[in-house]
Amino acid sequence: MNVLEIRGLSVDYLSAGGTVHAVDDVSLDLRRGEILGLAGESGSGKSTLAHAIGRLLRPPAMITAGSVVYHRKDEQVDVLKLAPKALRAFRWKELAVVFQSAMNSLNPVMAVGAQIDDVLRIHEPDMSRKARGERVVELLRRVGISADRRKSYPHELSGGMRQRAAIAIALALNPEVIVMDEPTTALDVVVQRDILHEIRTLKDEYGFAVIFITHDLSLLMEISDRIAIMYAGRVVETGTAKELHRSPRHPYTLGLLRSFPKLRGPREDLLGIPGTPPDLRDLPPGCAFHPRCQSAFDDCGRVSPRLLPGPHGEVACLLNENTGVEVQA
Amino acid sequence: MRFLARRLGFYLLTAWAAVTLNFLIPRMMPGDPVDLLVARLKGNVDPAAIEAMKQAFGISDANLWVQYVDYLGNLFNGELGRSITFFPTEVTTIITGALPWTVGLVGVATLISYLLGTLLGVLAAWKRGSWLDGVLPVSTFMHAVPYFWVALALVFVFGVTLRWFPVSRAYGLDVVPAWDGPFVSSVLYHAALPAITIVIASMADRILGMRNVMVTTLGEDYVVMAEAKGLTSRRVMWAYAARNAILPNITSFALSLGFVVGGSVLTEIVFSYPGIGSMLLKAVENEDFPLMQGIFLVISLAVLVANFLADLAYVVLDPRTRQEA
Repeated sequence: MNVLEIRGLSVDYLSAGGTVHAVDDVSLDLRRGEILGLAGESGSGKSTLAHAIGRLLRPPAMITAGSVVYHRKDEQVDVLKLAPKALRAFRWKELAVVFQSAMNSLNPVMAVGAQIDDVLRIHEPDMSRKARGERVVELLRRVGISADRRKSYPHELSGGMRQRAAIAIALALNPEVIVMDEPTTALDVVVQRDILHEIRTLKDEYGFAVIFITHDLSLLMEISDRIAIMYAGRVVETGTAKELHRSPRHPYTLGLLRSFPKLRGPREDLLGIPGTPPDLRDLPPGCAFHPRCQSAFDDCGRVSPRLLPGPHGEVACLLNENTGVEVQA
Repeated sequence: MRFLARRLGFYLLTAWAAVTLNFLIPRMMPGDPVDLLVARLKGNVDPAAIEAMKQAFGISDANLWVQYVDYLGNLFNGELGRSITFFPTEVTTIITGALPWTVGLVGVATLISYLLGTLLGVLAAWKRGSWLDGVLPVSTFMHAVPYFWVALALVFVFGVTLRWFPVSRAYGLDVVPAWDGPFVSSVLYHAALPAITIVIASMADRILGMRNVMVTTLGEDYVVMAEAKGLTSRRVMWAYAARNAILPNITSFALSLGFVVGGSVLTEIVFSYPGIGSMLLKAVENEDFPLMQGIFLVISLAVLVANFLADLAYVVLDPRTRQEA
């Protein structure tokens, strides 16, 4: 059962040097209670996509096409068409966001408890002050922060604690969907592991669905149920974490997998991906990845591959479309 | 608290340095007020009278150290000597008479300008791309135009041509100073035009400054997050964006408060307003060293007090300064 359906979403950045197609015709489903990983290099459009879902884009970014349909129990709404008041109610109650750096996403002049409290005050006007206070303490305790820390300001907390606080804020209204935009990128590996573990536990307990964004594919493999790979604003491959790990079908996915050292298993050379991400104002014709692709053939520079369903997941690669040639490992 | 204690210590040290300079500079200059007075009277002065005047002005040939100690002692007793221009009135009396006018006029005008400018700056940043962007070219123009030009133009239009406002003095000749209706309304009526010139001339800086910081702040993650939290626009704008954007502007506010006492010279000259600025002008014209010294002292202390207030405001408004470093 889907809780969120993104259909044909496109986001442009209007700039003097030309229009940047940051997100180009992206369609994704998020199922109730799953963790959907979204991976890609910097500039692949993954953060723009996340912001677009919450309608948090600022000019010059503009959603030019598509829909983001949210399923409630008995009705569905297009988030992109919500009137301001309905949008405000939708935000946080149904979709919450955890941003990349909690140092920047927490208000520096407000105690963390107050930053949870103001969500409750706006969305639950019937709650008494005392009940709100109890809820704040409970939420903080739930993410492993002691009650006396609610009066602390963000700068008084460690990086891991700040990210935990940001997660507590996200949980405040028990939302159906939480978008996590690189929530662990700014943290060291040990803290990262704790937080990931925490997210999984909380997800099992509260039952929210997560869109988890990161450039670290090996991390996604561990935490996600399904993964979508983005390149130059498009989804190039989707599949379950297991399948993607075992048999990546897009050369780009393969490249990403080889860009990170494996935590377990035999040692492999880190190959990475040659070249740099393309200029989004002036994409190469055909498949945007073909100039960097080691499996590219003539047609790749002419024909734009479609995202087609395969035996498991979807992939947008000509190797899959007509030739059936295997990706050369 | 240690932060404040440290700042206080710094200000006391600075105040001492200001006082000491204030003592040294006139004494290192050639001549003294009595010589000047004698010169002005072309030397036709009885030597006994010269001696008496020297005594009255507190000029002695004792060594500098003794003079310094005397000076500090007098200062603690609030004695700044006697003015030459208004002889034999004490400098303290002149300053306490002039200070309320300046602080009342320039202080209130600065406050209004700051509040209004901050408000407009916040709104201009929040409603970027709307008609409010129109304040920008106007602000830039006002920012570039010299203050006295604005003041003279307004005096010419509203004072001289339209005759809506009086163009000089702090209150009308038809009222006597007292805490009653006619006097207070006369004071307000006379203060209106000079206050407007100050507000208009200084508000542009506030608008531009606040708008710039605010625009940067609006791009911060915590503002995006506040919006994502579904808070009302008003709450996002004030509690998240403006609340943070105002911090860098506190310093400039403190500085302008510090210059309330000293920076009013032009206003008071244009409007013949009986404040510190007019007194300073008179003191300079008449080479009235004791009065100048007194006024400079008050100005330096005002700047220090304003800075200390800014530090206090910082501690209240920014929890990060409360951290013990």
